Amino acid sequence: MKYSYFPGCSLKGTGRAYEESLLPVLKVLGVELEELDDWNCCGATAYMAVDEVKACVMASRNLAIAEKAGHKELLAPCSACYLVLNKTKHYLHESPVVEAVVQKALRQANLTYSGNTPVRHPLDLLVNNVGIEEIKKHVKHPLKGLKIAPYYGCQIVRPYATFDDQYNPTTMDRLLEAIGCTMVTYPLKTRCCGGSLTGTLPEPGLLCSYILLKEAITRGADVIATVCPLCQFNLDCYRDKMKGKWGHETIPDPRNKDARVPVGPHLDIPVVFFTQLIGLAFGLSEKELGLQRGFAPMRKPACAQRQSAAA
Amino acid sequence: MDKVNGNHDVRIGFYVCNCGTNIAAMVDVQAVAKYVAALPNVVVSRDYKYMCSDPGQELIQKDIKEFGLNRIVVAACSPLLHEHTFRSAVEAGGLNPFFFHMVNIREHDSWVHTDRDEATAKAKALARAGIRRVARHRALEVKKVPVHPDVLVVGGGIAGIHAALTLAKSGKKVYLVEREPSIGGHMAKFDKTFPTLDCAACILTPKMSEVGAHENITLWSYSEVVKMDGYVGNFKVTVRRKPRYVLEDLCTGCQECISHCVYKEPKFPDAFNEHLGKRKPVYIPFPQATPQVVLIDPEVCLNFRRGVLTDKCKKPCVEACGDRKAIDFKQKEELKEIKVGTIIVATGFKTFDVGRMPQYGYGRYPNVYTALEVERLVNASGPTAGDVLLRDGHHPKSIGIIHCVGSRDKNTNRWCSRVCCMYSMKLAHLLKEHTEAEIYNFYIDIRAPGKGYEEFYDKLLEEGVHFIRGRVGEVTDWAFIPEEEGKLVIRVEDTLAGVVRRIPVDMVVLATGLEPHADAQNVRRLFNMSCGTEGFFLERHPKLAPVNTFTDGIFLAGCCQSPKDIPDSVAQAGAAAAEALVLIDTGHIEQEPNTAYVVEAECSGCKSCIPLCPYTAISLLPDKKKAYINEALCKGCGTCVAACPSGSIVQNLFEDAEIFSEIDGLLEPTSV
Amino acid sequence: MELKRTIKYESDRVKGFGREVMSVPGCEQLEHCIQCGTCSGLCPLSIFMDYTPRQVMELTRSDFKTEVLRSTTIWLCASCYACTVECPKQIRITDIMYELKQRAIHEGFYPKRFPIPVLAQEFYKMSHKRGRVTENFLATIMFLKTDILAALGMWRLGLNLLRRGRFPLKLEGIKRKSELERMMAVVDKLSIDALNNGHQTGGNGGRQHGAH
Repeated sequence: MKYSYFPGCSLKGTGRAYEESLLPVLKVLGVELEELDDWNCCGATAYMAVDEVKACVMASRNLAIAEKAGHKELLAPCSACYLVLNKTKHYLHESPVVEAVVQKALRQANLTYSGNTPVRHPLDLLVNNVGIEEIKKHVKHPLKGLKIAPYYGCQIVRPYATFDDQYNPTTMDRLLEAIGCTMVTYPLKTRCCGGSLTGTLPEPGLLCSYILLKEAITRGADVIATVCPLCQFNLDCYRDKMKGKWGHETIPDPRNKDARVPVGPHLDIPVVFFTQLIGLAFGLSEKELGLQRGFAPMRKPACAQRQSAAA
Repeated sequence: MDKVNGNHDVRIGFYVCNCGTNIAAMVDVQAVAKYVAALPNVVVSRDYKYMCSDPGQELIQKDIKEFGLNRIVVAACSPLLHEHTFRSAVEAGGLNPFFFHMVNIREHDSWVHTDRDEATAKAKALARAGIRRVARHRALEVKKVPVHPDVLVVGGGIAGIHAALTLAKSGKKVYLVEREPSIGGHMAKFDKTFPTLDCAACILTPKMSEVGAHENITLWSYSEVVKMDGYVGNFKVTVRRKPRYVLEDLCTGCQECISHCVYKEPKFPDAFNEHLGKRKPVYIPFPQATPQVVLIDPEVCLNFRRGVLTDKCKKPCVEACGDRKAIDFKQKEELKEIKVGTIIVATGFKTFDVGRMPQYGYGRYPNVYTALEVERLVNASGPTAGDVLLRDGHHPKSIGIIHCVGSRDKNTNRWCSRVCCMYSMKLAHLLKEHTEAEIYNFYIDIRAPGKGYEEFYDKLLEEGVHFIRGRVGEVTDWAFIPEEEGKLVIRVEDTLAGVVRRIPVDMVVLATGLEPHADAQNVRRLFNMSCGTEGFFLERHPKLAPVNTFTDGIFLAGCCQSPKDIPDSVAQAGAAAAEALVLIDTGHIEQEPNTAYVVEAECSGCKSCIPLCPYTAISLLPDKKKAYINEALCKGCGTCVAACPSGSIVQNLFEDAEIFSEIDGLLEPTSV
Repeated sequence: MELKRTIKYESDRVKGFGREVMSVPGCEQLEHCIQCGTCSGLCPLSIFMDYTPRQVMELTRSDFKTEVLRSTTIWLCASCYACTVECPKQIRITDIMYELKQRAIHEGFYPKRFPIPVLAQEFYKMSHKRGRVTENFLATIMFLKTDILAALGMWRLGLNLLRRGRFPLKLEGIKRKSELERMMAVVDKLSIDALNNGHQTGGNGGRQHGAH
C-alpha cells in the first residue's frame, strides 16, 4: 500500500534524523510513501493559541491535498502534526460552522475536504499494518541487551487514544522488543516534555525534560527512544543547561545501591528516534540513519553489541 | 348500546382541575369548563382548584345526587396518580366506579407546552374525547384474586436477612435464596461499621444464625433463581441449587474433611478474603458462615479435572467424614419449583472494578489496595489476623486513602456512591489504630449526612488524620527528591490551601464506589423490573413508593436499588417486608377489570392468539374448539385483541366503541 | 511588611465573560466543574503557575476576566492534555486554555516582552506568510523580540545544531503561497465570531482593559 506522507516542518529542520531514519526503514519493509505536494505547516500548537479557525484552515489544506493525491491514508510522524491534523478532523466534524468556513477557503484553491482520509502515525502503521512478525524477518543485527526507556510523549495518546493505550502505550515497546531490545520499566512514558516552553521559559520547561532524563537513568536505561521531534530535541539538546542547573543532584548509584552519585555525568544518555534503532537492527549504517545528529552519541556497549552481532 | 345498565339517558358531570397553577397557568380552565358544558349529554361542567382534595371529591358526590349524574369525567393529572381516588369517589357517590374516565391535561398538556391558547385548545380536545368515550363505558366488576402467603427473598445480604427475619417473625413462610455458599453479603466482610465502630460480625452473625435456625425460613444458599412466572399473589419460581458435593442435611460443619484434605496447606485464592488469603479445595467460606456446611470447589479438587469427576484422589475427606457420609461427589444441580405470593429483591451491589482506572496503579504496584481488601486486612479473622502487613512485607508508616474511585466521574460512574466518605474515615481510624501511620484522605467533598456521621468526621480530625481536599490524578512510583525513593507518590492539588503537593506513602487505599452487579440486567428481566440509566433497579416512585417496583408484588431492598449504608438498607428491608405483609394480610388483590374475553360465537378456533400471549393466559377449549382466556392470568396488554383475525376478542375498558368514540372526539375540530 | 488587599468586588467581574467562554464549541462542559483539582494535580507545569488550572476554571466561570487573562497559567499550559483526559466532568481544559490565550492575545493582555505569546504570534506570522516554519529562525526572532541577552546565551546551542546539520540556513516555504493567502483572506472576511453567536464580542483588541 502506498501512503501520502506529511513530514511537517521539524522533520526538515531540527528533527531531520527522524525523516532520515523513517524513510529507509519503511523502504526495507516495502511501504511506499509519496510526499504531500506543496504541504504547509500543520497549524501546530503555537498557532492554535492565536487563531484556531485559521489553524484549522492550514491543517485542512493538507488534508484536502492528501485526498486529492488519491492515497487512502496520510502518514504524519511528528506528534504535534499528528494531533493537529486529527484534532482538525474532530473539530470539523463537531462544528458545522467552522466546516463551512473551511470549505469556503478550500474552494479558493480548488480543493475540498470530505474527511475520508485517516491520519496515521508510523507506530500504528508498523504494528497494525506491517506487523511485528514481518518486521522481525528483516532484523539482521538484533540489538540484544540494549536497555531502552520508551518515551511516547503526550500528543499521540492524548486527548485521543486511537491506536494505543492511554495510560500504558505499548506499540513502541513491542516494536523495539521485536528487534532485540529490552524495555526498562518507565513510568513517565506519556509525561509532558515541556513542549516549546524549553525555549520560551527555560525554568519550568527544562525541568520537565530533566525529570524524564533523570528517571530513565535511575531505571537503568542505556538509551531513550522517542517518537516526536520536539520531545527528542528537548531531551537531547539542552543537556548543558540541565547539568548547570541540576547536575549536582544525586541518584542511587546503579552499581552500588547503598551509594549515591551525582546525576550530571549520567545525563549524556543517548536520545534517539525509535526508527533509528529499527534501522540499526535492519543493518543500515549509522550515517544513513542520522545518528551523528544526536548531541550524545550512542554509547559504546550498544554499538559494540551491534558490531559483534554483525561479526 | 347501554343495555348493560338499562340506562339510555347518559348524564355526564365534567370537572377540570386547576391543580393550583400547575394546570391553570397554562390552560384556561374556565374556558375548558364552559366549552365542555355545551357538549351533548353534559349536565354539569365545573373547574375547581384541587379536584383531588376532599371538597373536590365531595363536589362530585353531591352533583351525582343533585343532578342524577351517571357518568363522570375529571380532567386533571395522570391517572397513575389519582384514577383510584376518583373511582372511589364515584363509587361512594353511588355509581359503578368504571363509569368514570380520567383525562390527563397536566403531564400531557400544561407541563409540556408553552403557548396558552394552544394548550387550552388541546385540553378542550382531550376533554371532548373523554366525554365521548365515557358515554360508552359499561359497568364492570373488580375481581379478587387470593394472595399466596409465602414470600421469596432474593439475596442474603443484610437487607435480605432483615426482610426475611421480619416476615418470618410475623409467621410467614420465607424462602431465602442466596447465590454464594453463605449468607452475610458484603457486611460479613467488614471489620467495623461506621459511625459507631460496632464490630460488623458481632451485630451481623446473630441475625445470620437466627435465619439458619428459624423454622419459617427455608434457606437455599449457593442457589439462584432461574425463572419466574405468574403475577402478584401467585408467582411460580424456579430455583437452581448448585452442587456443593456435600449433603447439607448430613454435614455438621465439623470441618474434619478440611483438615484431612490431601492439600496439607491452603493453596487457592480465597474469595471471601478478597484473594489475600488461601483456602483448600474443600472449605467453608468463613468461621460464622451460614449454613455451617462445607463445599468442594471442583475446579481445583483433585477428584475432579476441570470440573469433571475423575475419582483420582484418595479422598481422605470422605474417610474423615466417616459415618456421617455427607460428602457426595456425584451430587448434581437441582431445580426446585416454588409458589409464592410476593417477592423481595435484595441482590445488592458490586464494588467498582479498579482495573478501569489504571492511573491508580492497582495491580501494578503491590501496595495499592481496594477498600474491601483493607477491611479483610484489619480484620482479626482476616488473612493476617488483623496485622496490616503489606504485600511487599512491610508495615506502612504513611497511608493515602483516595476517595471517589469510580464515583462522580463521567469517565466511569457518574453517581456519588454515598458510603465511601464514611467507610474511608472508618478505615482511616482503624488503620491509624492498627499501625499508627500518618494517614491522608484525599477527597472532593466529605459527605457525612447521617446520624452521628458529622460527629465521626470531627472525631477523625481530632485523631490527627489529614484531610486534603483534592482529587488524585495518578499514583506513581518515581521519585522527584530522595525522600520519595521507594515510595508511592501521590501528587495532588490541596485545593483549600491552593498549592500542589507531592506526598510519598507506603500504602494506597482506593475507596471504590458501588455499582450494579454485572448481571443486573438479567435479574431485571427475570423479575420484570426496570432499571435506571445507571443500572440500579428502578423504584415505582422515588419518594412515595421507594420499595415498590413497576411489577405488583415485587419489592426492592438494599443496594440493588441504589447505593446505601447499612442503616438505610435495613430500614428499606423492613419497609419491603411491610409492603409484602400488606398484600398477604389483605389476603387478596383487586384486579383491574381491563381483561380480555372471547366472544365464543365469533371465534373460529384458529389458535393464532395462543402463542402471542406473553402471560400464557390463552388456551383452546378442547371440546368447543374455541379460545379461552384465563382472567386471572390476563394482564390486559391487548396483544390478542389486535391480532385476532375474526375480531372476536374484546377487552374491557378498551372496547372498539369506547376507543373509536374517543378518537372521534379527539379529531373533531375545536371551535375556539 | 507590605500588606495587600485581596478582596474582590462584584464590580471587578466582567459579567458575561464566563458565559461567553462556555458558549464556545468545546468549552461548554466548564459549567459542570466541581473544583476537584484533578487538573492541577496532574499538570506538570502547575507548580509554576500563579493560579492553578482549577482556579483559572473557577475565575473564568465567575467572570474574573482580568485575573484570568493576565494569569501566567494560560501561557504555561504546554497542551499535554493530561488534565483533559482525566477530568471527571470531561471538561476540555486544554481547549479552554487555548480559548483564553486567543482572547489574551486579541485583547492585548500580556506583558510586552513575555516570550510565549510572542512565539505564538511569530509562529503564526511565519507560517501564514511562508506556509512553513523554520524553527531556528523562529527562535532567533523570538529571542530578538523578547530578550537579546538570552539569545546570546543560546549561541552554543545554535553552533551545536549547525555542526550536526540541524540548523538550516535557508527559510523553508511552500510554492503556492498565493493560494494560502487567498484561503486566509476568506477567513478574514467572514466574521466567524458572528457565526458563532458572538463568542468573541470584544473583537480584536478593543476592550478598555487593554494592554499594559
